[in-house]
Amino acid sequence: MELIYLLFILMLSIFLGFELISKVPATLHTPLMSGANAISGITLVGAIISAGAIGNDNVTNLLATLAVAFATINVVGGYLVTDRMLAMFKKKTGGGK
Amino acid sequence: MTLEIGINLAYIVSAVMFIFGLKMLSSPASARRGNLLSSLGMLVAIAATLLQVVSFQWIIVGCAVGAIIGFLSARLIAMTSMPEMVALLNGFGGIASLLVGWAVYHNLAVTEGSSPDTITTASIFLSVLIGGVTFSGSLIAWAKLKEVMSGKPILFFGQHIVNGLLVIGTFTAGVYFCMDPLTGLGYQIFIATIVVATLFGILAVIPIGGADMPVVISLMNSYSGLAACAAGFVIRNNVLIVSGALVGASGIILTAIMCKAMNRSLSNVLFSGFGSASSAKGKEVEGEVKPLTPQDAYYILEAASSVVFVPGYGMAVAQAQHVVRELGELLEKNDCEVTYAIHPVAGRMPGHMNVLLAEANVPYDQLVEMDDINPIIETIDVAIVIGANDVVNPAAREDESSPIYGMPIINVDKARTVFVLKRGMGAGFAGIQNALFFGDNTRMIFGNAKTTIQGLVDEFKN
Repeated sequence: MELIYLLFILMLSIFLGFELISKVPATLHTPLMSGANAISGITLVGAIISAGAIGNDNVTNLLATLAVAFATINVVGGYLVTDRMLAMFKKKTGGGK
Repeated sequence: MTLEIGINLAYIVSAVMFIFGLKMLSSPASARRGNLLSSLGMLVAIAATLLQVVSFQWIIVGCAVGAIIGFLSARLIAMTSMPEMVALLNGFGGIASLLVGWAVYHNLAVTEGSSPDTITTASIFLSVLIGGVTFSGSLIAWAKLKEVMSGKPILFFGQHIVNGLLVIGTFTAGVYFCMDPLTGLGYQIFIATIVVATLFGILAVIPIGGADMPVVISLMNSYSGLAACAAGFVIRNNVLIVSGALVGASGIILTAIMCKAMNRSLSNVLFSGFGSASSAKGKEVEGEVKPLTPQDAYYILEAASSVVFVPGYGMAVAQAQHVVRELGELLEKNDCEVTYAIHPVAGRMPGHMNVLLAEANVPYDQLVEMDDINPIIETIDVAIVIGANDVVNPAAREDESSPIYGMPIINVDKARTVFVLKRGMGAGFAGIQNALFFGDNTRMIFGNAKTTIQGLVDEFKN
């Protein structure tokens, strides 16, 4: 039953994703991708749970720490670079120069 | 129990913040705040997760390393290299999911008496598989974009057979792994899955040409989301599933937009080796090329009352976006209406040109999409094509034998005058001749795009 419940959430989120993303204008597609990258860094949650457990052997610790590092790159790098890009998008009045 | 409920409520809050963050991306005016909101959502999710762990040393090490690398790369990367950056980030998302799956599996394998259910093992298998494909596929895409390896499609005899065998092998391994994950050959099969997934990612991307990279990046973007989703099933975590699905959907939509803009199906992009020597070249074009000097171009521009710039990947290569904006401003002062028309697949990733022009301070209300410029293109005095080729090739409209026939293009050939800025007479990335260069209203301005436009800017200033 748990599987059904998780699949239910998955399916609804996909539909929601389609609704949300189809409204993003073409101008913002690059920041959309880097922003989506940052969101997919949510794997960090899983990585932290693995790396933070006690009684792990060394291999588990190594794998989980690497996972934390890669996911953090995604989160930090993704959000910062998206912010840097979005800061450049200016309207004609006010910031045109 | 109360703590667990609190943590899960925090996950719901963070999912809501991701959703609103994406919603605010629907307008450039609110997009930056949306991104901020989304990052706060991430902070909430991470903080909630930290409440449920007991040992922090490895988390601190991993986070510190990742944060430093992430921070530096986000600050130092040039806007022209954004496709490479996104390709790498896709890959890192993939490998993170692979590693989470592996860590969970390894922990199960070394713990006495553990017996995971089939949902867990199947999810571990999927997160490793999708994560591995995303990782190696993105690295190849990165190498092609960075031109560490040739952007040409790599095809070899029996490629489809090898791919087919890999798929069958993966499927068999998956079934076996789910039935008997821990005893017997379980761990060997697990390692083999990692190897096969990596190979599969490589084989899937090498036959795809450089000009098709927007599709590959979008697809990998989607995979990185699906990998996060699979990792979410491994640890039964809703926020991973929701966010992974959002990213997955986003990547799929972008992939579909890119394919539509090239009038090709996804399978055609992925399997045909488009642009390789064997594919069709279309009709030979005959006619006379009419070169123009920058001085003469200046006289035409000075008299023009509407100008549209059509940038392509060549503008990124020549780093010409800043002088283009300068020329645009001078033209505007000269009472000329200036717009920038951007084809969906111009550049190496979706929205590549928009970011470059935004970097050069072109206001986003001057950036127009293909569908908005085409109906009024006949009224435009001068269309200036900068480093774009296939996306303005009239053969896509007229020549049924052309490999790009049917692809929607920006109809610059219908403008009153067309300037094409080009280094030489070489064919575009897809290796197709361009009839535009021989049109009656076309004038070719040869030379480096940046130097040429700088020359025009100087003429205007004098």
